[in-house]
Amino acid sequence: MTFLYVAYAATWIIHITYLGTLVQRYKRLQREIEALQK
Amino acid sequence: MKRAFPIFAVLTALLLSYALYEALVAAPTEKTMGDVQRIFYYHVPSAWTAFLLFLINFVASVVYLIRRSHTADIVAVVTAEVGVVFCTVVLVTGPLWARPVWGIWWTWDVRLTSTLVLWLIYVSYLMLRRFSTSSQTPLLAAALAVFGALDVPLVYFSIWIFRTQHPQPVIGGGGSIDPRMLHILLLNWVAFLCFAALICWSRYRLERLRREVEETQALESLLEPRSLR
Repeated sequence: MTFLYVAYAATWIIHITYLGTLVQRYKRLQREIEALQK
Repeated sequence: MKRAFPIFAVLTALLLSYALYEALVAAPTEKTMGDVQRIFYYHVPSAWTAFLLFLINFVASVVYLIRRSHTADIVAVVTAEVGVVFCTVVLVTGPLWARPVWGIWWTWDVRLTSTLVLWLIYVSYLMLRRFSTSSQTPLLAAALAVFGALDVPLVYFSIWIFRTQHPQPVIGGGGSIDPRMLHILLLNWVAFLCFAALICWSRYRLERLRREVEETQALESLLEPRSLR
């Protein structure tokens, strides 16, 4: 059962980490847009 | 269109939760492997999703090579990136299933090795896109993607062509599967496809916006008055 839970947890950790990088990239881009608008 | 995204996101979350419940609780327990077989409900749909994304990447790369379409280039980048994420899931969940069933984490057989090579090809594709500053980068990346895509059928058909340790296909390969297991497998695949579509949608918008910002920055730097020496 441990391997099963680790596999499912690992899947979601990978996806959530990737989603986190997307959010970071959106924020960075937002800052660049604000800098351009000044 | 603005309201469609959150609605689709909520529906996908509900579908993923239901598919997770079906995989962990409702699916029948396999006789020989026991509960660890349930890894299959995440491992196989992730692999199919990655293959589909790499196939779209291949088509988009060919379209870019023929028409130099920016939209095709963006689709290629997005599908390669999301495909690598799903392929990473495959390479992580596979050994977690193999350790209790085979007694080893990894073996260099054709299916496993070709999957690792596929992952490495697309990681190198993303590295090229990230670090190359040449104006020819999209063209080089598209050519690399066309060669990379050749590995997808090798991975998929390797268990038909070669004798491998990897289990035989459960669909279309002479293997058999309990109809309820098949139903839950397909349910999980649909859920992962919706999730992949959602991520691709977000990533596509991000890439479009990033290119617009870069173009504006380039224009601004051209228009800026330069100080005389």
